[in-house]
Amino acid sequence: MAQGHQSGVGIADPDDDSPNMIVFRKIEDVVSRLQDEKEGGVAIRTVKSFLSKIPSVAAGSDIVQWLMKHLSIEETVEAVHLGSLIAAHGYFFPISDHVLTLKDDGTFYRFQSPYFWPSNCWEPENTDYAIYLCKRTMQNKARLELADYEAENLARLQRAFARKWEFIFMQAEAQVKIDRKKDKVERKILDSQERAFWDVHRPVPGCVNTTDMDIRKCRRERNPQRVKKSVYGVTEESQSQSSQPPSQPCRTSTKEDVRKEISFLNTQLDRHCMKMSKVAESLIGYTEQFMEYDPFVTPTEPSNPWISDDTTFWDIEARDPHQHRVKRWSFSLEEALKDPAGRDQFLKFLESEFSSENLRFWLAVQDLKRRPQQDVCVRAQEIWQEFLAEGAPSSINLDSHSYERTSHNIKDPGRYSFEDAQEHIFQLMKSDSYSRFLRSSTYQDLLLARKKPPPESEQGRRTSLEKFTRSMGKSLTGKRLTGLMQSS
Amino acid sequence: MGEMEQLRKEAESLKDQIIVARKGFADTTLQEAVAGTAVVSRVQLKTRKTLRGHLAKIYAMHWGAGLTQCVSASQDGKLIVWDTLSTNKVNAIPLKSSWVMTCAYAPSGNLVACGGLDNMCSIYNLKGKDGNVKVMRELASHTGYLSCCRFVSDSEIITSSGDCTCILWDIETGTEKTIFAGHLGDCMSLGVAPDFKSFISGACDYTAKHWDIRDGNCTHTLSGHESDVNAIGFFPNGNGILTGSDDATCKLYDLRSDQELITYQDATIMCGVTSLAPSLSGRLLLAGYDDFNVNIWDALKAERVGVLAGHDNRVSCIGVSSDGMACCTGSWDSFLKIWN
Repeated sequence: MAQGHQSGVGIADPDDDSPNMIVFRKIEDVVSRLQDEKEGGVAIRTVKSFLSKIPSVAAGSDIVQWLMKHLSIEETVEAVHLGSLIAAHGYFFPISDHVLTLKDDGTFYRFQSPYFWPSNCWEPENTDYAIYLCKRTMQNKARLELADYEAENLARLQRAFARKWEFIFMQAEAQVKIDRKKDKVERKILDSQERAFWDVHRPVPGCVNTTDMDIRKCRRERNPQRVKKSVYGVTEESQSQSSQPPSQPCRTSTKEDVRKEISFLNTQLDRHCMKMSKVAESLIGYTEQFMEYDPFVTPTEPSNPWISDDTTFWDIEARDPHQHRVKRWSFSLEEALKDPAGRDQFLKFLESEFSSENLRFWLAVQDLKRRPQQDVCVRAQEIWQEFLAEGAPSSINLDSHSYERTSHNIKDPGRYSFEDAQEHIFQLMKSDSYSRFLRSSTYQDLLLARKKPPPESEQGRRTSLEKFTRSMGKSLTGKRLTGLMQSS
Repeated sequence: MGEMEQLRKEAESLKDQIIVARKGFADTTLQEAVAGTAVVSRVQLKTRKTLRGHLAKIYAMHWGAGLTQCVSASQDGKLIVWDTLSTNKVNAIPLKSSWVMTCAYAPSGNLVACGGLDNMCSIYNLKGKDGNVKVMRELASHTGYLSCCRFVSDSEIITSSGDCTCILWDIETGTEKTIFAGHLGDCMSLGVAPDFKSFISGACDYTAKHWDIRDGNCTHTLSGHESDVNAIGFFPNGNGILTGSDDATCKLYDLRSDQELITYQDATIMCGVTSLAPSLSGRLLLAGYDDFNVNIWDALKAERVGVLAGHDNRVSCIGVSSDGMACCTGSWDSFLKIWN
């Protein structure tokens, strides 16, 4: 087995800053510390087993303990999860299993040779895999027997490479010869490492293939011009070149780009920023206000539809806005308008005061922004006629500046013709009618649920009725039961 | 070359000035401000439903504006609209190209969109007259893969692409209304503001940008990440921006202070963030990672308060329903799970 150069192994090419590399470097740091016995690494030793010795292994539970201690992980589950991630990438492996996970028990694990680390950008070809499987069949050791899926893979490869099988066979023989020259113990270790490498690149069916890449990152992942290296030093024409399209070079800045950047930076510099303390205050305030409405933080009443398969929670919400929901309308005008029920109530209130034109205008403009392009022109004209033109039926009160701008915009009507006007009207509503709405008896009634009894008691009564009928048992006929329920 | 050098120097000097100015506004840090607040108690969400039906990696999912429907896209070439409560498939739409990377549900519930390696955004009408779901429009002009799309309304949609730009389209005419250029790397994802007046994009140039939909300008560029920004979303108040990156961290930025507020990271989290979603109040941040888990963070204290472990492969997408009652995760293991 070709060992290749040891220098530069595990040290990534500085140009290769691909997303995977970042992860590999972090893992490799942990793995190096794990193996470093001088610096408190895990105990790696030779274990006696029946008639033979198992060289260079560490127990799964030891690895888990080390991870918990040195990475300050509080829960075993987490350490096992992290360890399994590291194993899935092939950095250490169970010596008697193809499935690459970490178990928190006495299972023995061996560390992978840095030569085979994923950071070396291996993309082994099927020819290499064929040579490997072929080589395995040449070795008369029970422990090296092919697993079922490997035998299937070999059969498939034999069919696929039928014409060059002789070449593959010869390569396999050559590898066996090289292996034979090695020391027995060394061979055990190297064989297992080689197997683990293939477990990563040709995983057991059903296992996650960690070499799977996000297709969006594929293009930039590696330098496609780099010739693919063979695990066994095989270089021949049929080694297919990378099928990835040449990566688009990142746009280099032009003078125009830099000028734009300067203009942007100037805007940034001139922009008034809010003090961090104010921002923090606003953030804390917002989350505090809404936390009681956040089902992940505050469990909902009566029940969670996904647990109970019961949509009562939503049905109740749809029928009557619950106090809880009504309270939310008082947080801000935005919140009130976001909720269709809030919008309706506010509109009703304004209509009762004969001052609904502001809200109707605001709603009309919101709707205009969602209309298909072809309808925009006509609709904008209609809005102008209804709310802003001379003698408009629902005349709204705009300041002269906004009015001027809007009448200018309406000459070339578009989706955003009324932006200024809408903003002005919104502020007007916020400072005037909205606060009156919140003080109104309509709103207060809803908030304090004065009109109707809250839905809970209705449900409560039903439940106690159910209990009563159940306790009566079979003496109640169906008819009487229904009669009872109807009368309640 | 002299002019280029001068321009670059000017840009650098402005950047330095901005750093100094920022320091003036940094009278505290978010961490200090929340020192007195208690961490939220441990959040334990369980899988309530598993949506089975896709045959290959799921790349994207998006909740509808209703309470229980969502759409998912998978590399098996299908777009599926689910009723997550019953786990029934409302629609199973076969796609022309199986290399789909994103999907979106219109707020009205009438349309869904998807796109991917075909560089196009295809819009489907779910409420067609004869009940069949057909392609309504194919928006083609991007020169790179379609990484994300989000509806502004039934008339407009915004797309982000591997060609480093985002585009606002008019769906009726199928034309581009505005092209948002400025990123120096593939745009990976986008999010529309709660008031629909602006949107944010995250890209492989390690930055996030905030854009004004109306005038097409980039108003903020937020940097700090050390690798691709894969996931992005607005904090529910519309002023904060959450980002997730391949550098295994998530960050919260604020538009009003134009800086990073806090970073969500842990030495034991080594894998990149693929997706994120804030809970309804914003107090919790749910982020999906390459290591098959979703981590739940206390967004103010930057501490992990929960884990969703249940997928057998990378979590590629995550979303919280409109009333905040449920979280949906999609994974390369071909399953979607509903948690709460």
